[in-house]
Amino acid sequence: MHNVLFFKATLLFYFLGTALFLLNLWDNRKDQGHTKQISWPQKFALFSTGAGFICHTIALGIRLKEGDYVPLANLHEALSFFSWAIVLAFFWVEIKYQLYILGSFILPLAFLSLISVTALPSESPSLNPTLMNAWFGLHTILSILGIVAFTIAFLAGIIYLIQDRFLKSKQLNTLYAKLPSLDMLDRWNKQAILMGFPLLTLGIISGALWSQYTLGTLWGKNNSKQALSLGIWIFYLLVLHGRINIGWRAKKAARLAIIGFIGVIFIFFTLA
Amino acid sequence: MNIVIVGLNHRTASLDIRERLSISEEKMGDALYKLTSDDMIEEGLILSTCNRVEVCAVVKETHRGFNAIKNFLATQDTGLSLEAIAPSLYIHSSSKAIEHLYRVASSLDSMIVGEPQILGQLKDAFDHAILHKTTGIILNKAFKKAISVAKRVRTETKIAESAVSISFAAVELAKKIFGNLNKKSVLLIGAGQMAELAARHFVGNGVQSITITNRSYERAVDLASSFNGSPVKFEDFPSQMVKSDIVLCSSGAPHYLINAEMIKEVIALRKNRPIFFIDISVPRNIDPEINILDNVFLYDIDDLQHSVETNIESRKKEALKAEEIITEEIVTFAHWFKSLDAVPMIVALKDRAEAIRQTELEKISGKLGDLTESQKKALDGLTASIVNKLLHSPLTVLKKEVNSTNGNMILETTRKLFELEELLSQTQEEKKKG
Repeated sequence: MHNVLFFKATLLFYFLGTALFLLNLWDNRKDQGHTKQISWPQKFALFSTGAGFICHTIALGIRLKEGDYVPLANLHEALSFFSWAIVLAFFWVEIKYQLYILGSFILPLAFLSLISVTALPSESPSLNPTLMNAWFGLHTILSILGIVAFTIAFLAGIIYLIQDRFLKSKQLNTLYAKLPSLDMLDRWNKQAILMGFPLLTLGIISGALWSQYTLGTLWGKNNSKQALSLGIWIFYLLVLHGRINIGWRAKKAARLAIIGFIGVIFIFFTLA
Repeated sequence: MNIVIVGLNHRTASLDIRERLSISEEKMGDALYKLTSDDMIEEGLILSTCNRVEVCAVVKETHRGFNAIKNFLATQDTGLSLEAIAPSLYIHSSSKAIEHLYRVASSLDSMIVGEPQILGQLKDAFDHAILHKTTGIILNKAFKKAISVAKRVRTETKIAESAVSISFAAVELAKKIFGNLNKKSVLLIGAGQMAELAARHFVGNGVQSITITNRSYERAVDLASSFNGSPVKFEDFPSQMVKSDIVLCSSGAPHYLINAEMIKEVIALRKNRPIFFIDISVPRNIDPEINILDNVFLYDIDDLQHSVETNIESRKKEALKAEEIITEEIVTFAHWFKSLDAVPMIVALKDRAEAIRQTELEKISGKLGDLTESQKKALDGLTASIVNKLLHSPLTVLKKEVNSTNGNMILETTRKLFELEELLSQTQEEKKKG
């Protein structure tokens, strides 16, 4: 049961990381948000998040080794993997753009999804092990990575609306100074959806193939989960079309990313 | 003799009147000659900018001097009668005039308090007057002092910082909207100096292209060449907004040039690309309503000023500090100015001579030993007569010439020759105490 130990360590580190990242939001020192220099509490937050991520990776690895299936069979495991993937996404963005402030939004989310895991049954996968195969693993991994991308788009949308509000109301406080430019947030939003869409597409295809292999039908007639996924897929397709061809950018794109995410939450909880 | 100012500025006169009364550089010489050809006016200087026209003069008699300047303004080729301009004019004399001059020079009277251009414009106006020899000892002293007061205000207070930082604030805001400014384009509507300054800041921050429009197309072409930008006709600026990310407006028009209907169309054509409006005009040229529209950000001069310094108290403090400096400087100028008055000058000169006579008498009486009463009288009479004879012609000339064109020069020379500075300020202080 080493994985439980690592899992608890992860929780502790993420809790610390969340606290430090949230503290950073209220830090009144002048910080333009794009300075490369970071203060020691910020370094500590990054360190804590990194340590948590390593523990989490080890816990997931042990789980993968112990069970003879991809550990994504129930909501518990899906949430855990989601939390891992979104922290990974954070590190990616942080290294690429030095957008430290994103941590203040991602870490609480990662921590919350991980702590909700503890409230759910950790054992007894809800799926019959006979249904587990490579298609299933591929389907869930792709789908969750897609969801992570849409979550990033959602966060970019939320931060966009906050920053937009600051600029419109002319409240140029320290939080305003820390948040990135509207342009950057809009580009994140676009990038994230551009990445999330093919992942969702492949997730749906692999899900259909899995259904074909295990249940014998490519597309269940009364499968609400598949219908919902298709609905969301069409929604994001329209969003991308609108952005590229009609000019649904900026504030409109931010709102759309938030609306899309509400749908995504629904699929997530029908995953299990 | 008095120092007076007759003028109008952005607060008292409409743009139309300001524009018509403004005197271009080419016509400045003629205007200065015309102004000083009036017998009432001894020295004259004209400051003409887009926000103000000020005529500063030394006149023989205050009230008639005011009228002479008003007549001068009314007879300029403006198409405006004296009745039409009179309500926009303000008049100042003596220390009030000096105060006004100092406040203008220090940019406390500017549309944007602390803007740095006014001092340069004031220096130019002074140079013009010197070139055409229309200033004399008084205005020279007053303007030199005004320039040094302005410099003192600039170094000792943070007034100037806020104006420079307005441009800086506009650039910072733009960065929060657009991120990198490299591929952005700026549209400058109107040629107000503050907008020009802001535009230069944007260019310094890597803005790719700059387009300039102005009611007078020539001015737009002029400005465009100094920016390496492109001029557009004033009628075409609405369509130009579709291509511009940052719109700087300071046209001086008395009404809104840009309204919400217009911008709705622009935003649709821009396919929702955000657009940042900076309205530096007073009165405003952009309807504040447009800030409600999505992807439109509007900041006027007050917003920018607030964003620079949210602490209004400390801004007030800086302005107070500047006013204090000015008050202090007015006192020193007033002392000097009063020294040019003939009466105290004559009194001081007599006092000085009498003081010398008395000290010398005391010295000699010790050496001469006991003198009879009549001997003492004779000595006293002799010395007094020498002093009086010596002073007779300077005093007569002073009294006679003080009202001539050279009067101030003679007073100033007398003051210097006899080192009366100290004595004059003493008598003034005594008067005050009395």
